[in-house]
Amino acid sequence: MSAVLPAVLAGEREGPPAAPVARTGRRFYANAAIVAAFVSVTVLVPLLNLAVPASSAFHLADFHVALIGKIMCYAICALAMDLIWGYTGILSLGHGVFFALGGYAMGMYLMRQIGRDGNYRSDLPDFMVFLDWKALPWHWTFSDSFAFQMLLVVAVPGLLAFVFGYFAFRSRIKGVYFSIITQALTFAAMLLFFRNETGFGGNNGFTDFKRILGIPIAVPSTRMALFVLTGCTLIGFYLLARAIVASKYGRVLQAIRDAESRVMFSGYDPVAYKLSIWTVSAAMCGVAGALYVPQVGIINPSEMSPAASIEMAIWTAVGGRGTLVGPIVGAFFVNGAKSWFTQVFPEFWLYFLGALFIAVTLFLPHGLAGLFRSRRQA
Amino acid sequence: MTPELQQAGARVREAYAKKAGPGSSGGRAASYARVVREGVVDTSHGTILYLDDISVSFDGFKALNALSLDIRAGELRCIIGPNGAGKTTMMDVVTGKTRPDRGKAFFGATIDLLRLSEADIAQVGVGRKFQKPTVYERLSVFENLELSLAGDRRVPASVFSRLSGAELDRIGEVLTSIHLKPLAQRTAGALSHGQKQWLEIGMLLVQDPKLLLLDEPVAGMTDEETERTAELFLSLEGQHSLVVVEHDMKFVEALTQGRRKVTVLHEGSVLAEGSLADVQANDKVVEVYLGR
Repeated sequence: MSAVLPAVLAGEREGPPAAPVARTGRRFYANAAIVAAFVSVTVLVPLLNLAVPASSAFHLADFHVALIGKIMCYAICALAMDLIWGYTGILSLGHGVFFALGGYAMGMYLMRQIGRDGNYRSDLPDFMVFLDWKALPWHWTFSDSFAFQMLLVVAVPGLLAFVFGYFAFRSRIKGVYFSIITQALTFAAMLLFFRNETGFGGNNGFTDFKRILGIPIAVPSTRMALFVLTGCTLIGFYLLARAIVASKYGRVLQAIRDAESRVMFSGYDPVAYKLSIWTVSAAMCGVAGALYVPQVGIINPSEMSPAASIEMAIWTAVGGRGTLVGPIVGAFFVNGAKSWFTQVFPEFWLYFLGALFIAVTLFLPHGLAGLFRSRRQA
Repeated sequence: MTPELQQAGARVREAYAKKAGPGSSGGRAASYARVVREGVVDTSHGTILYLDDISVSFDGFKALNALSLDIRAGELRCIIGPNGAGKTTMMDVVTGKTRPDRGKAFFGATIDLLRLSEADIAQVGVGRKFQKPTVYERLSVFENLELSLAGDRRVPASVFSRLSGAELDRIGEVLTSIHLKPLAQRTAGALSHGQKQWLEIGMLLVQDPKLLLLDEPVAGMTDEETERTAELFLSLEGQHSLVVVEHDMKFVEALTQGRRKVTVLHEGSVLAEGSLADVQANDKVVEVYLGR
């Protein structure tokens, strides 16, 4: 869009018509560099793990590959948070529920893939045998079908978000009230999933997965395939988010963030815009959850705890709201620090997280991305 | 009569009404039957905004008290009044932000404003400028105007929207008339207060409303900016109808030029109406402004 501006500015001598073009060009290169960085992580990590011998200093341990894969799933969540919080100004403190629902949809399929290899040698998942259930509950009917469960990965979080968002946005619930209700939503979902009767394994959730699509899940090649798939999904979602925020639709979202009443009195119905991006954001989190479960090997209701959702907001804020790349960096930074801290000083991690959040709020209102930007401008 | 003949007759009468120009009462022709088109404002009776017996109360406080007001198509009307007279509440009622306890509000002869949402009211052609300049702070001046441009406001249209040449020209035109062309790429948040006021006026202009409601449009502007704003508004008179709420008497003077009508609101209803000199000489008005 900026490229056509010089036409408007033609004949305007005092304004430099070349400036917008240069800015577009720089933005393009910055974007290309970011994507190249993601691609190289996606390619290099498996290479360093599989092709480089374990004795070499460049060898990457399985543990680190798993960690990076897990953080990439979190980065997708941070990206989804950025669309709804950074660009539309709606702070969700309940995105964990969408992440977990995507994870559970994938987990159901993985539970069925265990087949008769479980502890009880039964066709039913172990926890059902333990509860003395004789047949699959109704909502497990199609859990054998990979395609159907993958549809649920997107559809269940998307539908929940749509219905919840429809009533919340139509009632003009805004700001901190909306955030509190999303907290209540994820908390209620957690209590529901804790119950054995709900049919999702209660507080133990799902674990002990054996295979996916008939392939053993724990072998290095499957793990690498999942890792690369996660990397590709992150890149794909990043490009999708870029396209969204660069479109007029994305500018309307930013306008809603800056002055919702102006948007309304300009003839836009903010409900439709908020509801659509809210649903897209929830579906993205669902996909992240589905990629997370086979890599981590477990899903339980703790993913729906209010703290888990608040952490997503922290990754986004630390990285820098409204920059897309910032929240991804934030997810890596905070989770990398968490991994290191919980090994070295386990008891200090929460203090550090709190201090980090305060420091970012006070000194880096635009997050890590803001630090980079202000240095470049100076 | 067949429907075809009726429609043909309606077209003839419409052409006649158009020839008579904005602001005319439409004469006898206005009372003939016309085809009602949804979302199209019908000003054949000469009135674009009709408020009748509107009352609004907040917790017992009567913000508007049986307010009746009509604005003619193409008219530029200034509304003055002391603080708390109900000027902003009146705009809230017209734009759908506040629903009155009783009364009627019509846009043209056929559109009932009390049945429409804020967004729908904006789409049928009522533009509003807020008292505090309200622009999209983190978007550029150009993008602010782009979003306000008249067009399809639905989500799918916005996803694949591209600006046409004519739309770019329109934005360029408005940028010139609000004197912000050199700053088109500037972030709106970095503009001065007066420039933000102009930007918001520009956002209204590209929206191409039939009726503009302007709440203290020159607050915080320099004298020169105020003068240019008055010129801009006067150039809009005729094609658009304008309702200007203002405290700055010099600005009202410049807008009315001694002949246009001024309405004085007090305690939620019309206290006086007439030329600025007339209302300033009105005893009741003097009493309200200066106190007993």
